[in-house]
Amino acid sequence: MIINHPLLGPRDAQEFTFLGDASLIDRPDWEAENAAEQFYEYAYLRDNPAGLHRELWFHETGDRSWLVVTRNTLTHEITDVEMASDVARSKGRSK
Amino acid sequence: MTDNKQTNRLTGGQIDTSRSLKFSFDGKNYAGHPGDTLASALLANNVRLMGRSFKYHRPRGVLTAGSEEPNALVELRSGARQEPNTRATTAELFDGLEAKSQNRFPSLKFDAMAINDRFSHFLTAGFYYKTFMWPAAFWEKLYEPIIRKAAGLGSLSLQEDPDEYDKGFLHCDLLIIGGGPSGLAAALRSGRAGAQVILADEDFVFGGRLNAETYEIGDQSGQAWIAAAIAELEAMPNVRCMARTSVLGAFDHGIYSAVERVSDHLAVPPKGKPRQILWRIYSKRALVCAGAIERPIAFENNDRPGIMLASAMRAYANRWAVTAAPRVAVFTNNDDGHRTAVDLLAKGVKVTAVIDTRADAPRIADCELLAGAQVIDTAGRLGLNYVKIQQADGSERTIECGALGVSGGWNPNVHMTCHQRGRPVWNDAIAAFVPGDTGTPGMSVAGAAQGDFSTAAALQTGSDQAAAALHDLGIDAPAIDLPQAEDTPVNLQPFWYVKHGKGRAWLDQQNDVTVKDVKLAHQENFRSVEHLKRYTTLGMATDQGKTSNMGGLAIMAELAGKSIPEVGTTMFRPPYTPVPMGTMGGRARGKHFHPVRETPSHKYSTENNATFVEVGNWLRAQWFTKPGETHWRETVDREVNAVRGSVGVCDVTTLGKIDIQGTDAAQFLNKVYANAFAKLAVGKTRYGLMLREDGIAMDDGTTARLAEDQFVMTTTTANAVNVYRHLEFVRQCLFPDMDVQLISTTEAWAQYAVAGPNSRKLLQKIVDPEFDISNEGFEFMACREITVCGGLRARLFRISFSGELAYEIAVPTRYGDALFRKIMEAGQEFDVVPYGTEALGVMRIEKGHAAGNELNGTTTALNLGMGRMVSKKKDSIGSTLSEREGLNQPDALMLVGFKPVNNADKVTAGGHLMTKGTPKDAEHDQGYITSAAFSPSLNSSIGLGFLKDGGNRLGEVMILTTPLTGADVEVEVVSAHFVDPEGERLRA
Repeated sequence: MIINHPLLGPRDAQEFTFLGDASLIDRPDWEAENAAEQFYEYAYLRDNPAGLHRELWFHETGDRSWLVVTRNTLTHEITDVEMASDVARSKGRSK
Repeated sequence: MTDNKQTNRLTGGQIDTSRSLKFSFDGKNYAGHPGDTLASALLANNVRLMGRSFKYHRPRGVLTAGSEEPNALVELRSGARQEPNTRATTAELFDGLEAKSQNRFPSLKFDAMAINDRFSHFLTAGFYYKTFMWPAAFWEKLYEPIIRKAAGLGSLSLQEDPDEYDKGFLHCDLLIIGGGPSGLAAALRSGRAGAQVILADEDFVFGGRLNAETYEIGDQSGQAWIAAAIAELEAMPNVRCMARTSVLGAFDHGIYSAVERVSDHLAVPPKGKPRQILWRIYSKRALVCAGAIERPIAFENNDRPGIMLASAMRAYANRWAVTAAPRVAVFTNNDDGHRTAVDLLAKGVKVTAVIDTRADAPRIADCELLAGAQVIDTAGRLGLNYVKIQQADGSERTIECGALGVSGGWNPNVHMTCHQRGRPVWNDAIAAFVPGDTGTPGMSVAGAAQGDFSTAAALQTGSDQAAAALHDLGIDAPAIDLPQAEDTPVNLQPFWYVKHGKGRAWLDQQNDVTVKDVKLAHQENFRSVEHLKRYTTLGMATDQGKTSNMGGLAIMAELAGKSIPEVGTTMFRPPYTPVPMGTMGGRARGKHFHPVRETPSHKYSTENNATFVEVGNWLRAQWFTKPGETHWRETVDREVNAVRGSVGVCDVTTLGKIDIQGTDAAQFLNKVYANAFAKLAVGKTRYGLMLREDGIAMDDGTTARLAEDQFVMTTTTANAVNVYRHLEFVRQCLFPDMDVQLISTTEAWAQYAVAGPNSRKLLQKIVDPEFDISNEGFEFMACREITVCGGLRARLFRISFSGELAYEIAVPTRYGDALFRKIMEAGQEFDVVPYGTEALGVMRIEKGHAAGNELNGTTTALNLGMGRMVSKKKDSIGSTLSEREGLNQPDALMLVGFKPVNNADKVTAGGHLMTKGTPKDAEHDQGYITSAAFSPSLNSSIGLGFLKDGGNRLGEVMILTTPLTGADVEVEVVSAHFVDPEGERLRA
């Protein structure tokens, strides 16, 4: 597979390490009332869609960016690649 | 002695008869010519018998003239270069080639295992599944070895392969798979347009099927046109023509793999050249010009040597000037088969008859035509002597022939179009599957692979599809003049197998699958094509059913009362043709399987008789044997005693080091460590425990605060990469606005532990005098940037893994070797020793420090005795889930120490702990030993382990059971801190 890195252009997927569902960005608030329940879902529950899937890839032998790659799990077509830090900020994550 | 009688050699062909090449087959010597394959040379020498079949050991000869060959598998070469299961039809002849037949004993002509053929009614489809079901224990020891011995193909040399294999990477605008007429036309058009083109063909000459035919292209011979086209293409800098290169598979995003056989056609690879290269080709567009493969018709005893595809018979005659026998016949259901008779007649071969299943068969060749007739049986023990015909009127007749060309029509070679889940679609006009939606973006198909069988159509579609592919890329490829070429329409009546007779009609000759086997599979309800394949083994092994699958599908369709497209095909998967393991491995062989990382003290260690241990990619000194030491334990005990008695030095560079900088660095560490870090003072070091988000311990290590905004974290050697990845995840994905930057500095600093009561005195000789490292000036857990040896920058940490007064000192890696030697020199007066990982491990077990064995992916902070370290006042990774009820049971496993009650007994890591008097089973399991060693300090075997409610069971005597060895030992539960439990030494 080839991942079109937003900063570096097309790179072979062999340069990357795969982590999984990009929902790992949505880490719950530890002080929420049902934090235990939220963390349980965060740590263990994943969607497994046949189709578009947003997932985290780490450019380990490259520039060490975490990327959010939107990949079709049926065809491996990659429709979008974003910097994970941009996605995290857009979801309100900061410090 | 060479038996140089090529009695079956004809005139013409693309062989160089001015030169002779000697070769041997089963020890007998023959001669052929440059341009021959092993198969064509054997046929020229009147050798039709080339192998024995897989299951029944039936005599077999060539079926094809290409890579789809199911039968003629041979062993090439001898000694370490011996190579099994090579197709004689693709093996290029070279002088001195040694070939042997396979799967026969004692000889090819008399094979004892042919007795299987007599028991064939037992050995039908599913035989193995039905027969070797029980008892299960017999499988491994009895059934499998017997089956493997009986049903094997070639044998391995069991010697190291002396040749080298490479891997390479190529990029192109257009990859053209196949160099026949369509591929050449595509290459000419795209090459002239200036596109970056790769043209790959598995054969050693370009031209594909044109080499096997007598067609003219324009006003020149097919071969002359090919030669001109290749000359033009090879002169273009933007075109790379790759012969002997099989494209193996289509992968995601335009990536293709291919194997180039660089030196297979030579006795020994030229110096510096690999045997084969595995290419990874990045293409923007790909054009499949893979041609078509003829399919046989099944009839009784259709597997005798001499019976082959009509196209193969024609190829041997036209390209290699060979006929398999002086008298031949043809059996066909289409017009194309007749051309074999025409071409062989033109070469002066006696064609006794053309047998055509069609009642209205046209007369094309100038020989006897039997229209509406079928071949119903054959005879000849080790090769065909005659065929038995049922004529249109039902009468039977015998025809003498030493070879029979069979044509059941052609299958477009759709293989490559299906690797990305593409499914072929049925085309009634040619009664064959053609590529459908390939599911492969950027791929298109031209020529016979698309079902356009005539040469004119191949040229036209190749040219058109190349232009269309380049147009997509914004490259304008002007039309090229295409020469006049043959444009014969397909004229065929589907005919799959002869129904006459009760004998066996072979569908898949490689796996000995008959028409009956398919019927049996259907009868036993294995009706899906995928089940059919697994149950009968139809289409498996080296040829992947390239000549047999269609026949099986057609019969299954007939039995199921369905159409062939309704039955469908099995999946096509890479590789297209077999690839040697050596090629897959490339250079990553033996010690080159992964890179070796050497520590800065490696050279010193080598010079000082170190034994090394692999730790991931690292090579670490395990111990340093001194003259006279006869056992590793003797060495390790000495090293431990030397450290605890005076001072020792150990290379700990392999531990991961991560430099963490930024105004939010402290806050960041607070997130990734379970214990508090924000208030760590500058100049101090702290032990940190890192959890996974699920609350399980991930890694531990010390982190030093060198400045308000700079920390240096250490990780375990094994987790250095994972921890760094995790930290970047936390930084980029969870807290993107923290002002913090990370970089791995593992290889930037050489770091040594200097441990033992005399460690300070030793270091004071090295550390520059302006730095006070006295106990008061540099207390336990202090860290500082210093200089050593008169100005060399260094870092000093007062941390201890051994439990002794100890330091770790780091210098830039390029000074690592010098510093190690300097420490050894300065320490001479203290009898300093270098110590390895084994002594390091013994001392950390004596001290009760957790390491990888304890941080094993199942244990929590609580289990490790660090439950109270997990701060509840802050959010950190894993803190919330570490509080789960299930991880905090009152009888949770706790890390404790163990000593044998009888001093002579041994504590064994991996053993399980049982309460005395209870049954030794999983239900009563109380815990397990994680680490064990002989402690020279206690003169006893000791261990660390996890025990239920361990903290409250000190003093209890338990049974340590090791079911693997059957050893049961009484052990006493003790504190994990065997040595200096109060920690007085490391604060001294």
